[in-house]
Amino acid sequence: MRATLRRRSTIGVATLAVAALALSGCAATEEEATSDADCSAYADYLGNEGTEVEMYTTIVSPEADLFQESFLDFEECTGITINWNGSQEFEAQLPVRVAGGTAPDLAIFPQPGLLAAMVATGEMVPASSAVAASVDANYTPDWKNYGTVDGTFYAAPLGANVKSFVWYSPKTFADNGWAIPSTWSELLALSDTIAATDVQPWCVGFGSGEATGWVGTDWMEDLMLRFQDAATYDKWVSNEMKFNDPKVAEVLAEAGKILKNPDYVGDVAAIATTTFQDGGAGIVDGSCAMHRQASFIGGILAGDYGAEIVTPADTDVEGGITTFYFPGVSADNKPALGGGEFVGAFSDRPEVQAVQLYLTSADWNNKKASLGGWFSAHLGLDTANVADPVNAVAVEILQNATTFRFDASDLMPAAVGAGTFWKEMTAWVAEDKADKAVLDAIQAGWPAS
Amino acid sequence: MHVIDLVARKTTWEIIAPNLITLISGLVAFAALVVLIFLLAERTSVKAQEWVKYLVFLVPALALLIIGLIYPAARTILLSFMNANSEEFVGVENYIWAFTRPEILQVLLNTAIWVFVVPTVSTFIGLVIAYLTDRMKSAAVVKSLIFMPMAISMVGASIIWKFVYDYEPSAKKVDIGLLSAISKGLGMEPPNWLLENPLNTFLLIAVMIWIQTGFAMVVLSAAMKNIPDEVVEASMLDGASQLKRFIQITIPMIRASIVVVLTTITIGTLKVFDIVRTMTGGNFQTNVIANEMYTQTFRSLNYGTGSALAVILFLGVVPIILYNIKQLRLERTER
Repeated sequence: MRATLRRRSTIGVATLAVAALALSGCAATEEEATSDADCSAYADYLGNEGTEVEMYTTIVSPEADLFQESFLDFEECTGITINWNGSQEFEAQLPVRVAGGTAPDLAIFPQPGLLAAMVATGEMVPASSAVAASVDANYTPDWKNYGTVDGTFYAAPLGANVKSFVWYSPKTFADNGWAIPSTWSELLALSDTIAATDVQPWCVGFGSGEATGWVGTDWMEDLMLRFQDAATYDKWVSNEMKFNDPKVAEVLAEAGKILKNPDYVGDVAAIATTTFQDGGAGIVDGSCAMHRQASFIGGILAGDYGAEIVTPADTDVEGGITTFYFPGVSADNKPALGGGEFVGAFSDRPEVQAVQLYLTSADWNNKKASLGGWFSAHLGLDTANVADPVNAVAVEILQNATTFRFDASDLMPAAVGAGTFWKEMTAWVAEDKADKAVLDAIQAGWPAS
Repeated sequence: MHVIDLVARKTTWEIIAPNLITLISGLVAFAALVVLIFLLAERTSVKAQEWVKYLVFLVPALALLIIGLIYPAARTILLSFMNANSEEFVGVENYIWAFTRPEILQVLLNTAIWVFVVPTVSTFIGLVIAYLTDRMKSAAVVKSLIFMPMAISMVGASIIWKFVYDYEPSAKKVDIGLLSAISKGLGMEPPNWLLENPLNTFLLIAVMIWIQTGFAMVVLSAAMKNIPDEVVEASMLDGASQLKRFIQITIPMIRASIVVVLTTITIGTLKVFDIVRTMTGGNFQTNVIANEMYTQTFRSLNYGTGSALAVILFLGVVPIILYNIKQLRLERTER
C-alpha cells in the first residue's frame, strides 16, 4: 500500500516535470517569434518603453484573442505591454475595484450608463486633447457625445454594432416568393402572408440568463425610433418623457402587434424561456421566417447552428442567412439603432493615453476589422476590410445614417436599463402583463435623482 | 497562424514567479513575526507573560472578526439608511421601499415560502430515510446515492434540473424535458414549467430539497446510531410498534440533531441565490432576497436598497441562530 502510494506520487512529479518542460518549450518559441512590422506608423506613441497598461473589459476569449492579436505590432514598436483583463463580471466588479482604489488603467464600457456612474465617483480621467481631436476627426458627433458626461469628454468609441436588422434566409424567401418589406405595414402584411403557410413568421427569444429581457428592450428602442422622432427618443432616454407616457404606450402596442401575436410568434409566453441564441436558430432550419436581432447574431448562428452568412442575392444557399433593414413607418424613414463600447481611462499616465489614442486610429480600426467578426463606427474604416457581408452593410449604415441612436437601455440608469426594463419586458410576454402595468412599473423603478 | 502563440507572451513561470515570491516572503515575514513575539514574551515578567498570552491568542482573532465581520456588518447597516450612491442619509426610505413595492413583497413572500418548505420537507424526508435505512443491510449504497447531490454545486444542480424542466414550444422540435415527457406519458399537455406561478417557485425549491435531503439524512442517521440499544430493546419488550418506537423513542432521542439540521438548512435556504439566478434569473415571480440583493447592489448600483435587503436577510437569520445557540446550551445543561 505504502509502496503504491509512493510510486504514484513519483509518477505525479514526473508528469509535472514533463508538463513544465513542455510549457517552457512553448514559451521559448513564443519569445523567438518577432514581428516584422514597420514601426514608422507608431511614431506618435513612442517614449513609453517597458510600461504596462491594464485594460479591463467584458470581452473574453475567443473575441479577446483577436484584440490581443491586433495589438502585437503596437506593443512591439512602442514597448507598451497591454494587459488584457476580460471578466464576465465586469459590470459588478468595476465599481468594486474603483471604490477599492484598484481601478484599471483603461476600462471598456459596454454601456454609457455605467460610464456616467463611474465618472460620478471622481476617479476617471478626462480624455487627453489628442484623443479628443482624434475622435472629432474620425467619428460622427453622436459617438463622441456618448462618451461625454456633463460636457466633459471621457471615453473614446471602440467597437460598434447595428441593431436595426431583420435576419432571414434568402433561399426560404425566394422559394416562397416573399418580397422584402420596406415599411412597417408591409412587414405586418408579409407576416400575415407567412402566417397563412406552415412557416411561423417570427422567431423570438428573450432568454439570456440574468439579462433575460434585453431582446425586448431592443424591439422597443427600434420601434421608438420609428414611431416617434429622435428628439422624443432622447427625452425618453433621459426620462424627461415619462416611461408611462402615451407615446411610449403607443410604441409598446405596436411591438405587441408582432411579439404578442400567437399567429406570428407561436407560444408568446415561451419567448421568455427561449434563449436569444435558440431564438435565431429557427431561420436556419426553416421553422420560422424572420428574426429581428443585432448584427452580432450572425456569428453565433454561423458558429453554433451551421448557418452561412450570405448576401441577399444568394438565394440558392441552403442554411444561408442575411439581413434586411428593419423597416420604418414609411420607406424614407430610415433611422438606425446601434450600440458600442467606449474606452475610458482611470489614469493619465502617458502610456495609458497613448493606448487610448491608438484605439481611435484608422490604422488600428482597419487592422482589427480585417481580423474578422468586428467593426466600428470609425469613419476611416474601409468596408473592404470587413469581410462579412452583413457587417459591411452595418458599417455603411453607421457611416451614412441620417438618424443614429444608441441603445436606450444602455444609456438609461442601470436600475432601469439593466433592471426593470429587462424584467418588465420579460413579464410582458411571460405573464401576459398588461401594457400599462409594464410601463407604470418601469417608471416606478426610475431612480429618484 | 503564429499570431495566436504570440498572444501569450509571458511564460507560465514568468506569471507564477512574482506570486510565488510574494507568497514565500509573506510566509517568511509571518514566521519572523511569530519568532519576534516569542522572543519578546520570554523577556517579560511572568505576570506580563500572562497578558502577552491573551494578546497573542486574542488579537489576531479579534482583528479578523472586526475586519471581516463587525466592520462590514456595521457599514452595511449604515449604508441601508443612505441613498443609492451612499452620499446622503434618507432615513428608513429603503425599508419603506422594500415593504411597499409589489415586486419586493413578492421577493419576501417567496423567501418565506422557501424558508418554510425546504427545511421541513428535506428534514422530514431525511429523517424517514435515515430511519428506514438504520438497520438495513446495504444502507451504505442507498445513503451514498441520496447524499450524492450534496457534492454537486448549486449551479451545477440548477443546470441539471433546468433540463428536467425544459419546455419546447414548437411541436416540430425535439422535446428534451423529462417532466414534460412524464406528463405527456400520462396524457397531459405539459405547461411551460418555469413560467407557471406559483408552481415554478416549488419547482426551484425541489432542487434545494434534492440537495439538502442528503445532509439531513447523514446527520440524523449518525444521531440514530447513538441511541443506546437498551432503550430500543426495552421498548420492544414493552410491545411498542414500529411507528410508536419511531415517534416516542427515536425522535425525542435525536431531537437536538433535528434542531441542528433544521436550523442549518433554514440558514442555507435564506441565503439561496445560485438556484434562482441560474434557473430563472429572478424572473417569472420566483425572485428571492439574496438574488434581489445582488441585483440591487451590483446591477442597479443602488447600495442603499441592496444593503437594506441585506439587513432584512440578516434580521431573518438572527432569531434562528439565537434559537440554535439556546438549544445547544440546553443540551449541555442536560448532560
